Amino acid sequence: MKSLKAYAILYLVFLYAPIFLLPLFAFNSSTIIAFPLENFTTEWFTQLLTLTEMHGALLNSLKIAVTSAVLATVLGVFAAMAATRYSFPGQKGIMGFIMLPLVLPEIIVAVSLLIVILRMGFDTGAWSVIAGHTLICTPFAIAILQSAFASLDPSLEEAAYDLGETPASAFRLVTLPLVMPGIISALLISFTISMDEFIIAFFLTGSDPTLPVYLFSMLRFPKLLPAVMALGTILVVLSVLLITIAEFFRRRGAKRAGLKDTGGFL
Amino acid sequence: MRIGERLHQFFRSEKGVGLLLVSPTALYALLLLAVPLIAIFAISFLTQTGVRDFEPGLSLVNYREALTDPLYRQLMLRSLMVSGLVTLITVLLAFPIAYFVSFGVKPEHKSLWIFLITIPFWTSYLIRVFLWKVILGYNGVLNSGLQAVGLIDEPLTFILYNVNAVVITLAHAYAPFAILPIFVALEKIDRSLLEASRDLGESRTMTFLRVTLPLAAPGVVAAVLIVFIPTIGDYVTPRLVGGPGGLMIANMIQTQFLRLNNAPLGATLAVLAMLIVAVISILFLILGHRAAGGGKANGGRK
Repeated sequence: MKSLKAYAILYLVFLYAPIFLLPLFAFNSSTIIAFPLENFTTEWFTQLLTLTEMHGALLNSLKIAVTSAVLATVLGVFAAMAATRYSFPGQKGIMGFIMLPLVLPEIIVAVSLLIVILRMGFDTGAWSVIAGHTLICTPFAIAILQSAFASLDPSLEEAAYDLGETPASAFRLVTLPLVMPGIISALLISFTISMDEFIIAFFLTGSDPTLPVYLFSMLRFPKLLPAVMALGTILVVLSVLLITIAEFFRRRGAKRAGLKDTGGFL
Repeated sequence: MRIGERLHQFFRSEKGVGLLLVSPTALYALLLLAVPLIAIFAISFLTQTGVRDFEPGLSLVNYREALTDPLYRQLMLRSLMVSGLVTLITVLLAFPIAYFVSFGVKPEHKSLWIFLITIPFWTSYLIRVFLWKVILGYNGVLNSGLQAVGLIDEPLTFILYNVNAVVITLAHAYAPFAILPIFVALEKIDRSLLEASRDLGESRTMTFLRVTLPLAAPGVVAAVLIVFIPTIGDYVTPRLVGGPGGLMIANMIQTQFLRLNNAPLGATLAVLAMLIVAVISILFLILGHRAAGGGKANGGRK
């Protein structure tokens, strides 16, 4: 086990190596992204403030990510509840199909949606990115919510019925509060996925780029690369923060249900 | 409340409620996934004539072109090779990690390890890929580091703008995908089975080979599919670190759709890529099923 542990630590270093490099170059005064490092500077972060086009992309991304996260979580609640609490005809097939975007290459989702949208005579825009992101976020939301619903004791809801609650009010008063940590976790994960997603946005965003699409266009200009590093640092810090909060809620949900907790999100 | 009453009626049959509940999500997937997938399949049989016009009538012209043109064939084969190689590397590297976390880490620390492994996956994919370009570049971190230590005199050039760089970057990006399913499968193994094997006189190695490994097979199969299927359609990595010799099929699909305005040919390439991946995955599932000892295994879904 000792050598395995050494290997595991080495592996973690490999996993984190690119991310640890980010802040090094983001605070480095050299305009070339290479070692040796020069002086400490925050110039690239202030440069971000002057890139007004980026601010528009950021707003666009936020709008898309919030909407997609809400839609994916709502759709996720329906599917997760159906899959964990009820058995219905064709369950395996239906659930398998809903989960398909998890393994389907994103470019397939992107081009097939693009074809349908263009053939129907619509223009692409933020709405079409939302449609695509909702599709790929839903399986993640379902995966998280399924464990939240599975850990729920059905007798609690039955008790609510016996006490005269309708299914709708029992859901609102009993089920919803108990799965709330799962819902928050699903919202945050979906938000993070949508904020970072590039391919679907690249194909479907039309003339208003999302932040990753704008970032991709920045990569062509060597002059802008230090600013990319600064932006990347901010994005990574925010992602890690959001994911940590999501994990906190997921664990609280698991603890509330009295489950042994060993897994991550998936 | 009217909706409440109607729901109440439905609540009598479990099947009805289940179907009703799943229907918004299923309908969404039907409209935004099934319909587009069918559309892309249909369009692959058309031919583009104008900006938005197609020639009437179906034909196999695109398929003939996609299968005979050496450029497309080369891109397809390279994509298959890259994703095969990436799958092999990620799964081989991931298994010891999953094994370590499942068997060598105290139960209360397991979720922390899994959390640490998954964090990089949630950070911007674009940025991570770009950073590999910085690491592997001519004046990159790796080259300047190795030169500073004195291990090499000239910068290594075989690590950027070619297939090697694509494989390294993708193997890094998909690492957590491979670890999680294997970890879940290992966690499910009843530890008393291992004790029984030792009690019956098997060595540690034999116990691992004859008990642990077959029981972990569903997880390994899931890991292989979860890495293999999406990697074949990766666009960003070949584009940023692959150079001209490292481009993959997704780059050509993008070119056909957005640059050459030949959606039917792009659709054909997408359909072919999916078809090939599906066939290989099904073959692999059958093999994995056998390896796991037939019907007992259930593919460890995420």
